[in-house]
Amino acid sequence: MLKILKYSFYDLIRSRWSYVYFLFYLLMGFVLLFLNNDLSKAVITLMNIIIVLVPLIGTIFGIMYYYNSKEFTELLLAQPIKRSSIFMGQYLGVALSLSMSLVIGLGIPFFVYGINTSVAIWDFGLLLVSGSMLTLIFTSLAFVIALKNENKIKGFGYAILLWLFMAVIYDGLFLMSLMFFEDYPLDKFSLIATLLNPVDLSRVLILLKLDISALLGYTGAVFQQFFGTRLGFFLSLFMLTVWFIVPTFIMQRIAMKKDF
Amino acid sequence: MIEVKDIHKKFGQNKVLEGIDLTIDTKGIFAVLGPNGSGKTTLIKSILGMVIPDKGSIHLDGKAIQGEWNYRNNIDYLPQIANFPGNLSVQELINMIKDLRSNKNADDQRLIELFRLEPFLNKKLSNLSGGTKQKVNLVLTFMFDSQLIILDEPTTGLDPIAHIRLKQLINEEKAKGKTILITSHIMSFVEEISDQIVFILEGKIYFKGTIPELKSKTNESDFEHAIASILTASYA
Repeated sequence: MLKILKYSFYDLIRSRWSYVYFLFYLLMGFVLLFLNNDLSKAVITLMNIIIVLVPLIGTIFGIMYYYNSKEFTELLLAQPIKRSSIFMGQYLGVALSLSMSLVIGLGIPFFVYGINTSVAIWDFGLLLVSGSMLTLIFTSLAFVIALKNENKIKGFGYAILLWLFMAVIYDGLFLMSLMFFEDYPLDKFSLIATLLNPVDLSRVLILLKLDISALLGYTGAVFQQFFGTRLGFFLSLFMLTVWFIVPTFIMQRIAMKKDF
Repeated sequence: MIEVKDIHKKFGQNKVLEGIDLTIDTKGIFAVLGPNGSGKTTLIKSILGMVIPDKGSIHLDGKAIQGEWNYRNNIDYLPQIANFPGNLSVQELINMIKDLRSNKNADDQRLIELFRLEPFLNKKLSNLSGGTKQKVNLVLTFMFDSQLIILDEPTTGLDPIAHIRLKQLINEEKAKGKTILITSHIMSFVEEISDQIVFILEGKIYFKGTIPELKSKTNESDFEHAIASILTASYA
């Protein structure tokens, strides 16, 4: 698996898009820091961008990589390599190269600004961790979609829908249901609804760490009240891990049964 | 060597293989023929473990292949479509495939010279023409010394010189006592190189034997017409 990972990774970090993605974060990091002049505020702004953008890029890159390397995958399948190694290797290759663009792209401006001497370093670190988690989650979801759909257009469509649903529609539905059922106790419902969406989950995770109650929103507040900051933090981290393990497992299951 | 027993496979509603029984235990060149969509590639991919049959079993050298992957060290396979990761150079791809096989002593230098690929070694694969990609594909297939070689449409996109070299190469491998499975739609090529014909029709093995046997069975003196007569009989 490590060999496949090495080659996928090597192939990807030389692709133009990895650099575009990297440069985007680099530029954004610098611009935010110079406009804001405040590390904590920059972290919050970044969070709002990352939790929407990272899932989008993860899904698109994942699905694009799978379809583009389809024939190559067939070549690998004829080599003496385990099936699971091929797909895990490719998946981790995509997810790690994307995470690297994110971590290095944002890391450079923040280090230049002097984050390593600031108290915000842990907030910033958590931001990078949850960004990487989101990359892992959405890339694996993209691989599941791609493996299930031979038709590229359909695959792309489902992937975009998935992103749209998780990043935009889900919150809308959530808010609407809160308004609709406002006469009922909604704590448990909103807790579960948050756990079921990795985008919301990482938002809550970061805001719990930043301890800004004003920005927590309804779910965040319920979360904090219910679990306390510490337990809530670890629970959301745990749920993010589940969100990454389950699709990866499903991906493996599909790959074992698929014909090429 | 290869023992295929009662293989069934359908894709959706489309039944491709309906009980293929095939035993190949001699050396030589076997041409797998059949009309488009008859299941030639599906059969080959089943042997490679890329397609998982719905029913039946495949044994190579007496061992069942299902769920195994190590046995592919003993197969050289040329896929139908040559498409590689665009960001790698030819040399990197060759090194990579060598790296992935446990059998490291590859004969790539001779093949690179044979197909005149030296000028392309440092070029990225995305910049190569279809024929050059197929040559790279051939190098990747023939550089290992496995007992079983499977070629899926090996002549696609090759220029006449490369075509002649390919035939030489196949004959050399045959002289080493290997088993070679080939699919092709170019009948003159098949007639020239193959020892035995395996004809697949409607998901079953319709005929297995030598070319003279096929000719006498169909009462045709010409190989291409013999094949055509089977097809017209099946279309009618």
